[in-house]
Amino acid sequence: MTSSELTDLTLHLADNALILGHRNSEWTGHGPILEQDIALSNIALDLIGQARHLYQYAAELMGEGQTEDRLAFLRNADEFKNVLLVEQTNGHWGKTILRQFLFSAYQHPFYEQLMKAGHAQLSPIAEKSLKEVTYHLRWSSEWVIRLGEGTEESAGRMQSAIRELWPYTGELLNGRASYRAVRIDATAIRGEWEQRVHRVLDNAAITVPEKTQMYETTGHTADLDELLNEMQYMQRTYPNMEW
Amino acid sequence: MVSTCNDMDAIFAGNERVRALLEAVPDPEIPVLSVVDLGVIRGIHAEADKKRIAVTVTPTYSGCPAMDVMRVSIRMALLAAGFEWVELIIRLSPAWTTDWITEAGAEKLKAYGIAPPLKVRHRAELFAEPVAIECPQCRSLHTALISEFGSTACKSLHRCADCGEPFEHFKCH
Repeated sequence: MTSSELTDLTLHLADNALILGHRNSEWTGHGPILEQDIALSNIALDLIGQARHLYQYAAELMGEGQTEDRLAFLRNADEFKNVLLVEQTNGHWGKTILRQFLFSAYQHPFYEQLMKAGHAQLSPIAEKSLKEVTYHLRWSSEWVIRLGEGTEESAGRMQSAIRELWPYTGELLNGRASYRAVRIDATAIRGEWEQRVHRVLDNAAITVPEKTQMYETTGHTADLDELLNEMQYMQRTYPNMEW
Repeated sequence: MVSTCNDMDAIFAGNERVRALLEAVPDPEIPVLSVVDLGVIRGIHAEADKKRIAVTVTPTYSGCPAMDVMRVSIRMALLAAGFEWVELIIRLSPAWTTDWITEAGAEKLKAYGIAPPLKVRHRAELFAEPVAIECPQCRSLHTALISEFGSTACKSLHRCADCGEPFEHFKCH
């Protein structure tokens, strides 16, 4: 285990949480009903909180004057280590819910393993985050089922959403070499993920696409550039500004 | 001494003055509760000269915006009381749970009109029947969940079928 592997892993986890948190926050004030607008905003808040804990630890590891804010607001797109799934644009409400479900179904077994890994900094973060992710997983599972089994329109939209998002799940489940820094077993995560995802999609009468070509990670998309342009605008325009 | 139990007497043993100071630091969102009532103060270590103090704090929700305010308020309260050097140690594990809200805190919540948290395990099964929460106005159990999230992430919104009043519930976490 090298400390650069630990840094890679920590930034990867932090970037996933921040980018997905930011995407979810784009729904604030625009949700289809107030209650779910607030629910998703609070899920975004949880994710950004997790990102903060992780960036703080990453900054410690990296030294050299790194801070959580510099890591979040001053890195370029090609320095971000998130998976492609989380940088996708939100699309319609059903697509956002489905994306959350697919991601939370991965984050839950991941944090469970990380919590038990006995790492002094990352395990407590995983323990704390797991309580919140349990809620994210339940909330998104229930909505996937409601929308899948809802009207003809909602079912149709969920079906097209699964076709759009499924090719991004390969990268999510393949994991990273740096998992070995804390002995995370990607195969075990994939097993739990597949079991849970198939059970919920069956319940929701959503058919998983057959023979999908998974997207390979060759670099981030223009979507991430746009996201960072907006998210980093203030800090880049007024360097060292503080609220 | 850092504690995993909910015993404020044990946590503040020998530091009653500090306890009194921190009992005057409110949760900015739920001002009837102090940071002591919330159970976020997990350890006190004051130097014998009473000038230097380290306070161990465990945050509530990962993204809770009130935590930053509370940390600043804790520091300011201690500096104003004459401590010259205040260190806040953030401890994530064991994770904060609503079980750490004190009995006194639960009573204050009820009196304020917020249903206090129950001591139930966090449930993950889908479409689980929500447990009936007692109305803080009329004590009826004929209440319904309106929204999982109320005015803050930590509270849910309910309505009482008997007295008709809406009320918030501090969710079990």
